[in-house]
Amino acid sequence: MKKSSAMIPYLVWMAIFIIVPMLLVVYYAFTVTTPEGSTWSLDNFARFFEPIYLRVLWRSLALALVSTVICLLLGYPVAMIMAGNAFTRKNVLMLLFVVPMWMNFLLRTYAWLTILERNGFLNILLTRLGLPQINILYTSTAVVLGMVYNFLPFMVLPIYSVLSKIDKGVIEAAGDLGANAVQVFTRVIFPLSLPGVVSGITMVFMPALTTFVISRLLGGGQFTLIGNLIEQQFLVVGDWGFGSAISMVMIIFILLSMAIMSFFEGEDKEATLW
Amino acid sequence: MTKRTKIVLMLLSLAVISMILSGCKQDKPTLYVYNWGDYIDETIIGEFEKETGIKVVYDSYATNEDMYVKLKAGGSSYDVIFPSDYMLTRMLEEDMLEKIDLTKIPNAKYIEERFMGNEYDPNNEYSLPYMWGTVGILYNTTMVDEPVDSWDILWDPKYAKEILMLDSQRDSIAVALLKLGYSINTLDLDELEEAGELLKQQKPLVLAYVVDEGKDKMVAGEAALAVIWSGEATYGRMENPDLEYAIPKEGTNVWFDVMAIPKGAKNIEGAHKFMDFLNRPEIAFRNADYLGYAIPNWGGRALIPEEISTDRSIYPEEEDLVNAEIFVNLGQTLRDYDRIWTEVKAH
Repeated sequence: MKKSSAMIPYLVWMAIFIIVPMLLVVYYAFTVTTPEGSTWSLDNFARFFEPIYLRVLWRSLALALVSTVICLLLGYPVAMIMAGNAFTRKNVLMLLFVVPMWMNFLLRTYAWLTILERNGFLNILLTRLGLPQINILYTSTAVVLGMVYNFLPFMVLPIYSVLSKIDKGVIEAAGDLGANAVQVFTRVIFPLSLPGVVSGITMVFMPALTTFVISRLLGGGQFTLIGNLIEQQFLVVGDWGFGSAISMVMIIFILLSMAIMSFFEGEDKEATLW
Repeated sequence: MTKRTKIVLMLLSLAVISMILSGCKQDKPTLYVYNWGDYIDETIIGEFEKETGIKVVYDSYATNEDMYVKLKAGGSSYDVIFPSDYMLTRMLEEDMLEKIDLTKIPNAKYIEERFMGNEYDPNNEYSLPYMWGTVGILYNTTMVDEPVDSWDILWDPKYAKEILMLDSQRDSIAVALLKLGYSINTLDLDELEEAGELLKQQKPLVLAYVVDEGKDKMVAGEAALAVIWSGEATYGRMENPDLEYAIPKEGTNVWFDVMAIPKGAKNIEGAHKFMDFLNRPEIAFRNADYLGYAIPNWGGRALIPEEISTDRSIYPEEEDLVNAEIFVNLGQTLRDYDRIWTEVKAH
């Protein structure tokens, strides 16, 4: 591809808004500020590997993983229904998935607060039906629920976009050659949809790993996740060095997970949403 | 480049240029005010504009830290800001504030003597108090039938999952320090560790660590007890008559939100006028009436209905505040507070 001058605005944009901030993060991560000035140091990273921070990291990974798996289990069938022929109102379904995303993310999460609270909508409904009340607000269940609710479209849409592009002829051929429905799915449809699954997993896992709003609102601040930790360093403590170091560890984790994903992704890279 | 993209680009650049130019137009002097969200009776701004001919551009922030980060990052210029006491100290240490000239704020004479010359600004060279208050316990009298006068009640297993704590490291650690009888500004690591242990013990009893939602949760009857700032408590009590507010006997944190002028302010003259205006007794009164927060302005307080202005949970007298302390900036020790708080929350 020939480099053209049309690239320049993008390069400038990337330099200002991506490269420079990244370098700043790296700089802050490797320096500590003492009253005498700032010096190069690995202290920030060493500090991250103290047990309490590792526990936060572990909890973040676990919650993000659980949310991603649930999103996949819920999202894949929906994507199949949307891509299949059996359901005629595909656009309506698609719209139902996309419309909530037009609303502010914070507003939607706040709405869950009023649904889940002790005298909230859910419990009023349960009482009316004569069922026992449930109190899941401010538990890890609520946090996972919030993540699944907010990130599900990011799982459904890439899988749908891949599934809808699978040549129907391939599926028919598998059937003609004697494969039953299960075999068609496990041997043909699912392997072909892997790129979508991979990009769906990445698009859910990453925001789930770094969210701090959901865990604060629905977890009642009891579930400090890595995102909360970073936010606290920058806004409350003013320890930009430590905050940057945690951010860098996160970047490494995300790069690792992307590397693992692309290993599974195989050759067919065209049909992803990226 | 096709003709169409050229036209689009031209239109875009025109739009950008006109935006920049309109920003430069200076027909009226402008005052940039940066305050907490919903922290002023906004009709006051209109009146100030009408009276002085100064146009006020009013922006708001949610936390001290948001404001600090925005000013620190540069690029924005405000003329009046409203930091809290400890944030004022931090900004002073980082040389981020202009001195104020009290001779240009004659209405400062209405500020009660006891609120002048606080530790964070001993000679009021940089700030004047705007609102003040305490931290205490808001409780629902239908769920708590014993008298609330001690922080100990927040550790009572009877109220398991009925307690709301503040999701704010300084405030929550302060509660534990007060219960233990230590200073809320302690730099002693052993005392801090002890406070951390206490908070970890308390965690199973806590329903949630909240900030702004606390008052609404209490109004809705979602919890029995909440650690809360006095101004929020006033709001809660107005919305739900079952709620009461108490300042525990072990002591409290007295806090101030102050008015100050950040370095880089372009309209220092106007900033003084605005501060003077806010200290006019009837204006201070209207602010207090609207916000429910306590004002340090005695002129304004005299106009407040007596049942409020003599309510010692809203306007505590000096003898109610013998054990009260103002937060001071902790410097590097803040990191230990952060570590202990993270330990509590990750527990």
